[in-house]
Amino acid sequence: MTPSYAPVAATGTFALTAWVILLPLAGAAILLIGGRRTNRWGHLLGCAAAIGSFVLGAVLFFALLAKPGAQRSYDQHVYTWIPVPGFTADVGFHLDQLSIVFVLLITGVGSLIHIYSVAYMEHDENRRKFFCYLNLFLAAMLVLVLADNYLLLYAGWEGVGLASYLLIGFWQHKPSAAVAAKKAFIVNRVGDVGLSIAVMLMYTTFGSFAFGPVLNGASSAKVGTMTAIGLLLLLGACGKSAQFPLQSWLLDAMEGPTPVSALIHAATMVTAGVYLIVRSNAIFDVSPNARLVVTIIGAITLMFGAIIGCAKDDIKKALAGSTMSQIGYMILAAGLGPIGYVFAIMHLITHGFFKAGLFLGAGSVMHGMNDDVNMRHYGALRKFMPWTYVTFGLGYLAIIGVPPFSGYWSKDKIIEAAFAQGGTSGWILGCAALLGALVTAFYMTRVVLMTFFGQKRWVPDAEGHEPHPHESPWIMVVPMVVLAVGSVAAGFLFSYHNAFVNWLSPVTGFSEGHSPINTAVLQVVTLVVVALGIGYAYLGYGLQQAPSTPPLGSFATRAARQDLYGDAFNELVFMRGGQYLTRVLVYFDMKGVDGVVNGVSAGLGGSSGRLRKLQSGFVRSYALSMFGGATLLIVALLLVRG
Amino acid sequence: MNPDNYLYLSAILFTLGALGVLIRRNAIVVFMCIELMLNAANLAFVTFSRMHGALDGQVIAFFTMVVAAAEVVVGLAIIISVFRTRRSASVDDANLLKY
Amino acid sequence: MGNTGHGETFLFWVGSIISILGALGLIFSKKIVHAALCLCTVMLCLAFFYMAQGAVFLGVVQIVVYTGAVMMLFLFVLMLIGIESQDSLVETIRGQRWLAVPFVLAFGFVLIGVYAHANLPEFVGTDAANAKGGGNVQSLALLLFSRYFWAFEVSSAVLITSATGAMVLTHRERTVPRKSQREISIERFERWGKGEKVSLTGLPNPGVYAQHNAVDTPALLPDGSPSEASVNATLRGRDTVRGFRPLPLPGARRNGAAVASRGDAGNEEVSQ
Repeated sequence: MTPSYAPVAATGTFALTAWVILLPLAGAAILLIGGRRTNRWGHLLGCAAAIGSFVLGAVLFFALLAKPGAQRSYDQHVYTWIPVPGFTADVGFHLDQLSIVFVLLITGVGSLIHIYSVAYMEHDENRRKFFCYLNLFLAAMLVLVLADNYLLLYAGWEGVGLASYLLIGFWQHKPSAAVAAKKAFIVNRVGDVGLSIAVMLMYTTFGSFAFGPVLNGASSAKVGTMTAIGLLLLLGACGKSAQFPLQSWLLDAMEGPTPVSALIHAATMVTAGVYLIVRSNAIFDVSPNARLVVTIIGAITLMFGAIIGCAKDDIKKALAGSTMSQIGYMILAAGLGPIGYVFAIMHLITHGFFKAGLFLGAGSVMHGMNDDVNMRHYGALRKFMPWTYVTFGLGYLAIIGVPPFSGYWSKDKIIEAAFAQGGTSGWILGCAALLGALVTAFYMTRVVLMTFFGQKRWVPDAEGHEPHPHESPWIMVVPMVVLAVGSVAAGFLFSYHNAFVNWLSPVTGFSEGHSPINTAVLQVVTLVVVALGIGYAYLGYGLQQAPSTPPLGSFATRAARQDLYGDAFNELVFMRGGQYLTRVLVYFDMKGVDGVVNGVSAGLGGSSGRLRKLQSGFVRSYALSMFGGATLLIVALLLVRG
Repeated sequence: MNPDNYLYLSAILFTLGALGVLIRRNAIVVFMCIELMLNAANLAFVTFSRMHGALDGQVIAFFTMVVAAAEVVVGLAIIISVFRTRRSASVDDANLLKY
Repeated sequence: MGNTGHGETFLFWVGSIISILGALGLIFSKKIVHAALCLCTVMLCLAFFYMAQGAVFLGVVQIVVYTGAVMMLFLFVLMLIGIESQDSLVETIRGQRWLAVPFVLAFGFVLIGVYAHANLPEFVGTDAANAKGGGNVQSLALLLFSRYFWAFEVSSAVLITSATGAMVLTHRERTVPRKSQREISIERFERWGKGEKVSLTGLPNPGVYAQHNAVDTPALLPDGSPSEASVNATLRGRDTVRGFRPLPLPGARRNGAAVASRGDAGNEEVSQ
């Protein structure tokens, strides 16, 4: 089934599309403008805006569900943003199966995390500001996924970047948080440059930003141009989704409050790159080369993130490495083309559930452990935090892909699709995906064992308070439970009668892949691999106690602790190189350009300074010069006329 | 005597007037030197009128006198208002408009 | 008619020498009144030259308008801004004179050289032209009201404009209404009432004597001493008060004392 893009004007219920965005936007505006006056009820307003948005999203979803498959595509034109002759940019929203899925994920997980944050941020004096930023993020992210043209998508893209920056640096009194925010912003800029150039290229190629002309015209455009646009889109996706080589910011972004890590840096914003690639499927369908690069990036990142996840002792950073790795899976799937798009989105949704749940669980653990993030200081917490333990455990089972939890349904499909790619590349990608599953099982087991099992390794915090682990308040537990339910059931629901494939295929297209290995065999192999990972982790962390101070470790461990030297590489090549380059430029500017400019100006200044003395203000001097000039003129005239 | 001598006299008077303009500081003297230059020019006009046997030169001299009278009126008024504010009739004292 | 008659030759040489001397006097005299008189001399000479060359009307106008009206205007302004003001001939602008003299000489030589080398036609003389209208004045009038009529009319506009301009330039706006005699009187009594030293009756007139009858002569008080108040303070300041010298300057002792005390204070300040 090939996708087509032919929306009709949104009327009736579908005219509510804009309100999905306006609600959180209004919430952010009120909280921002209202200032301290809204401190008392600001968090409630924030939650109400998110939940209201979710309700609207659900209404739209059911309205779409009532329509036949081919008619689930609506455009709502709001107003013309830039009405210049020869150049038009519209603000308009596009509602279809793909965007409604995102709307539900964003507003649903967003609402849960809003509720969770009410308790998590209770003792923070800037809680109202926090909710303002969260609402702002929701609005921007919804603009991103609902935009009907790439320019508006880009605006949303930058909006989520801003919200991410504000929220990572929310505790800006901590230098590490402020630096992390800046790092995230700057690394994202690199990707955003790619996206912006891609948008410009689209305009020059198709004469429009809108999805319609671009996606419908891609098949008849030049393949070289499409490859260029595809690679630039991939660069944008790499920045936003923390894919290799722009992955360095995500681990530092864990400096932000944990709900932020759960919402932005696990469930929604970092998956925007996947959305971008899947939404632009028409472009990637034309260019196999661009798709190949996408799969390579995905494969590298899924290994990269998983290896980092194995070595981190910081629970949030271990989960962040995992996020990177899982998004690598999605990018890999998106690069596989029509056989993978649907599974990329499906894994994205299931991942949104279980990773948000895992992060909220991590936040709950930290809440009980005096905000200590080092897993080596945990241990034996399952008795003290039963709810957290259970929900975290369910998320854990989902992420490593144990049937029938949701990760199993989506990740297995990706591994199958990777093998189904065919040829050498199919084998390499498939093996990488399998290996990723092994490592994922290892590091997630390690996290669970170190946190909830074993013996107490608790240490007092800097002020000497002994940790007193306790279950978090119900307002934090409820979202965890809801997400855990999602982690358990989502995969099965999506796969029941191919519901998800049928839902999305009108947008993304779908073709059944044919794996060179028997599907049943592959599933068994996958489960065996996962079991191996669990077993190896149990040998290392279950049968023996993890030491409170990290051992030196092998070379590989040390490299993984250093984020596989990503930061060191950036610093060596870009920072030092940039410094040398700027120094050379400064030298050239000072001596060369300034020298010429200053020389000319000094010469002019000096000569005019001398010349202006002629302007003495004495009338008689002027009279003399006039008279002398007249004399010379007469003499000259006489000479010329003979 | 050749009537050309009137022209030479006019040239000498004009030159002396110019010299006075350039070296004297008192505004009234400068003004009088300008009058001298105008008169020298008038003498040349009258002489040329005689040379050509036409009265046009005299008419021009007549207009020169009219313009000179107007100029004197305005110029002296300016000298008086400058003198009122600066208490000086020296053209060198009014030299604020400079570099 | 290549040459002039003997009479005109004589007139020219005498007149030209006088006018050049007058011009030199105008340039080099220190006193402005002398300069103005020198200019009058030059203008009168030029009037004679005009008449000698057949421009009778212009000669008369030169005397009446130029020498009579314009020069009198000059003298009038001279009175206004101080007849005694002298103009120093010392040059203050560096290099002005050293540049001016060569340029002026060069200009003169060029002008004279041009006349000398020019291929001037023979002199026709104005007799025929004057006779055309029945006399110089009539002939000029014919030209003036025919060919030069437009210029003549425009010159009237120039004159009107200059007269208006002169009025505007010298006009001073009153910022407060003029006080009437009654108001001045009331004000004077009020000041007296506040204890200020004002003369309620007005100051005494200057003295009137057989020998001197002028504002610079002080009146005598009943005891025979001169009254300080009867002489204008400006004259006292200039020390040009006539008779009865030494007339003590008003407040001289007080001022002197004040100066001395101020000086002392200043010294103290300096020493501190």
